[in-house]
Amino acid sequence: MANLRGRGGVGPAWWGVLERLGLRHERWERLPEPARRSVTLGAAAVLALAVLTPLYSIDLQAIAVFLVLAFLFVPPWRRVPVVGRFVLPGMVFALLVSYPYWASPPEKLFTIPILGPFPNMNTMVIAAIFVMMALGLNMVVGYAGLLDLGYVAFYAIGAYTAAWFASPQFAGANPDFTPKREFTLGAVDVIPGIGGFHVSIWLLLPLAAALTAIVGVVIGLPTLRLRGDYLAIVTLGFGEILPQIARNGDNLLGTGFNLTGGPPGITPIDPPGFGYWLQDKVGLPASYITHPAFESLFYWTAIFLVLFTLFCSVRLRDSRLGRAWVAIREDETAAAAMGVPLMRTKTWAYAAGAFFGGIAGCWFATFKTGVFPDDFYFNISVFILCMVIFGGMGNVWGVIAGAVFLAYLDREGLGNIGGWINTNFGTNIDVPLYSFGIYGLIIVVVMLFRPHGLLPEARRKREFEHTLQEEELTGAES
Amino acid sequence: MVTEARTQPVIPIRRRIGSTAVPVVGLLLVLAVLLWLGVNLVKAPDDFFQIFLIGLSNGALYGLVALGYTLVYGILGLINFAHGDVFMLGGMISVTLVLSVFSLEESAPLGSLIPAILACLAVAMGICGLLNASIERIAYKPLRSAPRLAPLITAIGVSFILQDVGLIWKGPAYVAAPRTLPHGEIFSIGSVSYTWDRLIVLLITVPVLLGLMWLVRYTRQGKAMRATAQDKDAAAMMGIDVNRTISFTFLIAGALAGTAGVVYAFYFTNVRFDTGFQLGLIAFTAAVLGGIGNLPGAVLGALLIGLIQAFNEGLAWRAPGSTWTTTIVFSILILILVFRPQGLLGERTPEGG
Repeated sequence: MANLRGRGGVGPAWWGVLERLGLRHERWERLPEPARRSVTLGAAAVLALAVLTPLYSIDLQAIAVFLVLAFLFVPPWRRVPVVGRFVLPGMVFALLVSYPYWASPPEKLFTIPILGPFPNMNTMVIAAIFVMMALGLNMVVGYAGLLDLGYVAFYAIGAYTAAWFASPQFAGANPDFTPKREFTLGAVDVIPGIGGFHVSIWLLLPLAAALTAIVGVVIGLPTLRLRGDYLAIVTLGFGEILPQIARNGDNLLGTGFNLTGGPPGITPIDPPGFGYWLQDKVGLPASYITHPAFESLFYWTAIFLVLFTLFCSVRLRDSRLGRAWVAIREDETAAAAMGVPLMRTKTWAYAAGAFFGGIAGCWFATFKTGVFPDDFYFNISVFILCMVIFGGMGNVWGVIAGAVFLAYLDREGLGNIGGWINTNFGTNIDVPLYSFGIYGLIIVVVMLFRPHGLLPEARRKREFEHTLQEEELTGAES
Repeated sequence: MVTEARTQPVIPIRRRIGSTAVPVVGLLLVLAVLLWLGVNLVKAPDDFFQIFLIGLSNGALYGLVALGYTLVYGILGLINFAHGDVFMLGGMISVTLVLSVFSLEESAPLGSLIPAILACLAVAMGICGLLNASIERIAYKPLRSAPRLAPLITAIGVSFILQDVGLIWKGPAYVAAPRTLPHGEIFSIGSVSYTWDRLIVLLITVPVLLGLMWLVRYTRQGKAMRATAQDKDAAAMMGIDVNRTISFTFLIAGALAGTAGVVYAFYFTNVRFDTGFQLGLIAFTAAVLGGIGNLPGAVLGALLIGLIQAFNEGLAWRAPGSTWTTTIVFSILILILVFRPQGLLGERTPEGG
C-alpha cells in the first residue's frame, strides 16, 4: 500500500519537486511524527509570514493563536497514556465553549487577512446548527451511501414543529377577537391571553426529532427500494414538495385552514428558557431572550446539541447498525447476501438522518424566533451536501470542519472576501450573490481532485482508490 | 409464503403485494383525473381546447429538453443535472442575439424574423452542444469509473456553476426579449383559436425531433450510440470509439437544449438564470414518466407533462393552480418512480429494483 500514499493528497508531482531539493520521500517517512508535523507547520508559518508581513503588521494575538495551534497539532497527544485521547478534543471543546469570552465582540481580536474579523456569535450559532445538519446528512450519505437531495425537508419539518407548538399560530379567534385555543406546557414568557400552543422548547426538541424521524420513515419506506440516482431524484422531489406545501399551506385545499402561515411564515416563536423556579434554585437563565448574553446562551445550547449529535453519530457508526450501513454502501448485493436486511437498515439510516435534521431545524426556528419558507429551498440541501463532501463523506471530524467553514463562508466569509477584493482591486463585485456558484465549484473541484474530501474516512478513501485505480491496486497490493 | 418462494424464487416480494393494490390505486387516480378533465370539458369546452393547444406547445418544448436527459441517461446512466442550465444559456444566447445583433422589434416582418430564428438556432445549438460536450470531458469523464453517485454530485455542482455564469452575464433579473413571433390567428373554431406563435414552436421542434430519431435509428453514429448504451465494453470490443460516442451524445443533447432555449426565448420571451433549473426538473420528470433512456417515451412523457401543467394552471373548475405545479409534477415523478420505475414505455431496469 505504501506506493499509494500521496495519491490525491500531496501528489507525486509535489514529491518530484521536493526530491530535486534533496528531500527523499522515504527519509521523510522515517522521521518521527512530531518532527514531521513541526516541519509542516513551520513551513506554513514561514510561507504565511512571507506573504502577509508586507501586507499587514505582525500582531501579538496572531502569534498567540499560532502557538495554540502548534501546541495542539505538533505533540503526538494520542500516544500519551490514559488522558492522551482526550487532550485534543478537550482543548478544542474548551476553546469553543469559551469562544464568547475571548472572541466576542469580534473587534476584540485581530483580523484574519482577507477573511476579516473572527465570526460573530450569530454566525457561530448558525454554524453549530449546520454542523448538526451536516452530521445528520452524513449518516445518510456518508455512512449508508444513499444520496439525499431533499434533506432540507427534514430541516423544515423540525422548524415547523417548533413553530406549531410554541407560537400563537393555532390560536384561532372568537367573534370578540379573543383566542379560541390556549395550551401552555412549560413555556416561559408567554404573553398572557395570546392563545395557541406553547410547549417548552426542551420538550419540543425531542418531539420535533421524533416527528421528523417518522416523516423520514414514511418518505423512506416506498422510495428506499430504488437504487442510487433514482433515490436522489425522489428525495429531491420531496425536498421541493414540502417547501411548496409550506408556502401554500396558509389555505390548505381551499378550506381556509392556515397550517403554515404561507409565504410570511410563522412568528413569533417562544424563547427558550428554564423558567423562574430553576433560575432561583440553580441559576439557569429563566428566558434566553431577556438575558443580556442571549446569543451566547443559544450558542452553548447549540454546542450541547452538537455534542449529542456527535456522540450519537460516532456510536451509531461503530454499532451493528452502522456497520450494516457501511456494508450497504460498499456493495448492496453482497450486504444482502450476508444477511443485512436492506430495507430496514436503509430506513433506519433515513430515520437517523432525519432525526438530527429535525433537532437542527427546531433549534434554528427557535433561534430565529420564526420560520420562513424561503429558508427551505433546494439550494440549502445542496449546501449541506457540499459541507459533507467538502469535509470528507463518512468522517465526522471532516464533516464538522466542512460545515463550520462553509457556514462561516456563507454568513460572513464571502462578504468579507468580497469587501477585500473590492477595496484592493477597485472592483465592485457582489461576491455573496454568487455564493452558490462558488459552492458548485467547490463540489466539482473536490469531486475531481479529492473525491474523498479534505479529511477522508480511511475506509472511504480506500473504496475510492479501489474503484478509480483497480488495476494499479491489484498490481501494487503484493 | 414459503412454498411460493420455493416455486418462484426470483420474483421479489414487492410484486406479490403490488399485484393487486398498485394497479387499483393507479387506475383510481387516473380515473379521478379523467373525471376532473371531463367535468371541465363539459363546463367550458372552448377553454378546454384552448388550454389543450397551449399544453401541446409547452409539451413539445419540454420534449426537446427531456430528450437530452434521456440520451445522456441512456448512454452513461447519469442524470445530467446541468442539462437544464445549458438550456437556460441557450435561451440567453438567443435573447442576446435577438436584441443586439438582429435588433428585432415586436411583430417583426417575416423576412427578417425567419433568418433571425435560423441564425439563433445555429449559434445556440453550436455553443450549447460544445459546452455540453466540454462539460462531459472536464467534469464527468474523470469520474466514469468512480462510484456511481460521484458524477451525479459533480453534475449538481456544474449546474450551480452554470447558473452563476448566467447570473454574472445577465444579472439577477429576467432578461426580456421582444415578442417577435406573430400572434395572428391561423384558424379558429368557435372561440378556440390557434395562433402562429404556437405553430412556429411546433414547426421548429417537430423537425428536430424527427431528425434526432433518424440520427439514432439509421446512421452509423446512431448505431454506435445505441451499442454504447447497451454495453460499453462490448461496444469497445466491436471497434466503437466509446469516448467519442459519449462526447457526440453530449454534443447532440447540448444542441437539443440549445434549440429548446431558442424556442423558449422566442415563445415565452423572458429568461432568468434559474429558468433552466426548474424547467430542467420538469423535463426530467417527463423523461422518467416516458421511461428514461427511451426516446419516444421522453416525447410522450413531455407532452403529458405539458398537458397536465397547462390543465392545472388553466382550467377553471377545481384546478389547484400554478402555485401547486411543482408539487403536482414531483408527485407524478415520485409515483412513477415508486410504482412503475421503468416509465410508460421503458423496460425494466435494475435501478427500479
